[in-house]
Amino acid sequence: MSQATYAGKSSFLPRIELGAVAPFAALLLLCGLGELVNSRFLSVDNLTNVLARSAFIAIIAVGETLVITSGGLDLSVGAMAALVAGLEILFLNSGLIENTSLLIVAAMALSLAIGALCGLLNGLTTTIGKIEPFIVTLGTMGIFRSLLTWLAQGGSITVRNTDVRAAYRQVYFGDVFGIPYPVLVILGVAIVGAFILHKTAYGRRLRAVGSNEDVARYSGIDVARVRTIAYVLQGICVAIAVVVYVPRLSSASSTTGLGWELVAITAVVVGGTRLKGGVGRAWGTIAGALILEVIGNLMLLSNLVSEYLIGAVQGAIIIIAMLAQRSLSRGR
Amino acid sequence: MGGSRTGAPDATTSSAVLEAVGLSRSFGPVEVLSDISLTFRAGETHAIIGENGAGKSTLMKILSGHLGPSRGLLRLDGEPITLAGPVEAERRGIVLVHQEIMLAPDLTIAENMFLGRELRRGLAVDDRAMNARAREAMRAFGVDAPVDVPVERLSIAQRQLAQIARALAAPHRIVIFDEPTASLTPVETAALLRRIRKLKADGVAVLYISHRLEEVKAIADVVTVLRDGKHVATRAAEELQPVDMARMMVGRDLLSLYPERSPSPTGDPVFAVSGFRAPGYAEDASFSVRPGEILGFAGLVGAGRTELFEAMFGLRPGAGEIRLDGAQKRFRDARAAMRAGAVYLTEDRKGKGLLLEEPLGANLTLAALDRYRRGPLIDRDKEARALDDAVRRFDIRVGDKSITAGQMSGGNQQKLLLAKMLELDPKIVVIDEPTRGVDIGAKRQIYEFIAALAKEGRSVIVISSEMAELIGLCHRILVMRGGRIVGEVFGDAMTEHDIVVLATGVEGDARS
Repeated sequence: MSQATYAGKSSFLPRIELGAVAPFAALLLLCGLGELVNSRFLSVDNLTNVLARSAFIAIIAVGETLVITSGGLDLSVGAMAALVAGLEILFLNSGLIENTSLLIVAAMALSLAIGALCGLLNGLTTTIGKIEPFIVTLGTMGIFRSLLTWLAQGGSITVRNTDVRAAYRQVYFGDVFGIPYPVLVILGVAIVGAFILHKTAYGRRLRAVGSNEDVARYSGIDVARVRTIAYVLQGICVAIAVVVYVPRLSSASSTTGLGWELVAITAVVVGGTRLKGGVGRAWGTIAGALILEVIGNLMLLSNLVSEYLIGAVQGAIIIIAMLAQRSLSRGR
Repeated sequence: MGGSRTGAPDATTSSAVLEAVGLSRSFGPVEVLSDISLTFRAGETHAIIGENGAGKSTLMKILSGHLGPSRGLLRLDGEPITLAGPVEAERRGIVLVHQEIMLAPDLTIAENMFLGRELRRGLAVDDRAMNARAREAMRAFGVDAPVDVPVERLSIAQRQLAQIARALAAPHRIVIFDEPTASLTPVETAALLRRIRKLKADGVAVLYISHRLEEVKAIADVVTVLRDGKHVATRAAEELQPVDMARMMVGRDLLSLYPERSPSPTGDPVFAVSGFRAPGYAEDASFSVRPGEILGFAGLVGAGRTELFEAMFGLRPGAGEIRLDGAQKRFRDARAAMRAGAVYLTEDRKGKGLLLEEPLGANLTLAALDRYRRGPLIDRDKEARALDDAVRRFDIRVGDKSITAGQMSGGNQQKLLLAKMLELDPKIVVIDEPTRGVDIGAKRQIYEFIAALAKEGRSVIVISSEMAELIGLCHRILVMRGGRIVGEVFGDAMTEHDIVVLATGVEGDARS
């Protein structure tokens, strides 16, 4: 009799969570608004441009989604991007490899390794040193940026070889069937990120650690390892963004990636990931990054609000997103 | 406001201060309190006793404004009142002394005591005056606790007294004590009981909730027994002996709650510990347990039982010798212990046991996730089947299996935690407070699961503050006091009295 109540209750429809859908609804709403403000907004050219421009933030923010879901935070991503970009360009300029294509591929691989190493540094310092991630990454933020400034001697590091520059440009400006590479990279990173979060055993542990560290520990989960891996994945995401970014300007300076950490964290939170950990949404983060980019774009295309106020609008958005999250979770 | 009103039937006794009239309270479809009518009088100590889940806490929460009744009403001085919240209750002079310690750990006793009503001298707070008053309040207990160091550095007993002192610093006519002596030593308990007698002499109505029936006998004028949310009896304390109270609380033969005890196993010990210490909590612990044996750990709250086992299982610092199947082991973390076949089920189900916001399946497989992996992926079908099995085997009663762990009752959560740790197929199972906050029906089932684990040849160690539970369930009981194992009882010699003597280190009744 009581057994019967268990049976047949599992629903075929996945339960729709408002918090997961809200960022996409907001994005659609913004696009509709964009069409009203300026008919050029929904043109293929403009949309492609918006997507490509959002790539850096979106890719970095997917990594940040993992870190924040684990209950951590990474403030060093902007500075890390600058450092990795600088080192990549120095390698490109070194001319260690004759063949241009090989040189570029090697530079990309080196960037990924450096990114992973920077992430490992952040991860080990927080977990083994048992220091608040806010403090650790505040420290490495200063270290990374200062190293780049020193390498550039206060100026900028630029790709000198014009052949290399021309060849590498393809990575940012090239496309497959009209879809620019950066957009494909966003898609790839988001798919992998969502897969890690929701399908893998590692993702389950990541969420457990962020949700309640004690429960994770008492369940025999190696909390330090899980967290450290999240920072390494974050470092790799930063490096991927850099690999896509360097060909755009072919240069890195002390202002490269300045403030990206805050924009990335904003994208993560707007996308529905919980800042204190335990709930992560990779696709939501992409939506968050696009929302921020679309707003910036709209402000450029329209004359309603001065573009100098972009920062203020983004600031308001993160607060509104938090309020919306709060009221949605209360409504459940 | 003199004169006798309805509900104050006897003019010779003092007048009714607070009356509960037909109080009922439901959570969803479950009625946890039904039709309770009680009268509390000035200058009278009224004890309320009952088992876990009898409805005592719910009643206290209603009387102190933390919870509204589903039906029924409260009368204060004969006037019907509704309490919007605890603040209003305190304004009317109803003060609840919480069971859990609710002091800010970084503030001092004095700062905690005057939190929100600081004494001032000009713009600044008057620390000197507050410290003096706090010291005085602590001395009222006969305790000379330092009032100007962070509460964190005090003993649990000192904190408990500080909390009581803080509650009594507010104007009060009705004071509700919820298990105030749970973490007190006999000396402090005696001090508290003296303080309560003084309250009584001052004409305060005291409500006293406790499991310790000897203590109830010593302090109470009137005793009310609740069982399964219903009123069983209200009697003058002088008419009752502790054994009568126990019978009324349980309402049936005490022994039937426990499964039949299997004969004591005689094999070689599988898990042996010697000279183990958890710095600051436990020293020089040595014991062993056989396959198929249920070993109890008794002691007062703060005796170091939980910390000892957490240290052994790699959850906090510790040192000493552990032998499992004869081989020496050292568990760096819970994972290492689990791999060796030793698991610890925490007493803190909500804080350390389950992910309250995650669904049941994710909780069930969390500790043994590697068994549910296909490459890097989680095998969801296998997980769903495991959940079906666990729900059946442990009789986890949920209508909808997609709810989160936090939405279940305490009993179901405990069953899920048990299922989760048994996914690891352990040889040694340590269960800390297996039935805390669990209703009586689920309690009985959990005892059966524990007995079944032992029958399967596993060694089970039960840590519990409920002595009756240990006596009913275990083959052998070790008693801890002040971080040391001070004695062992087994066979027919297991009586509550023997355990209390060992646990408190005091022969006879220290409470008079």
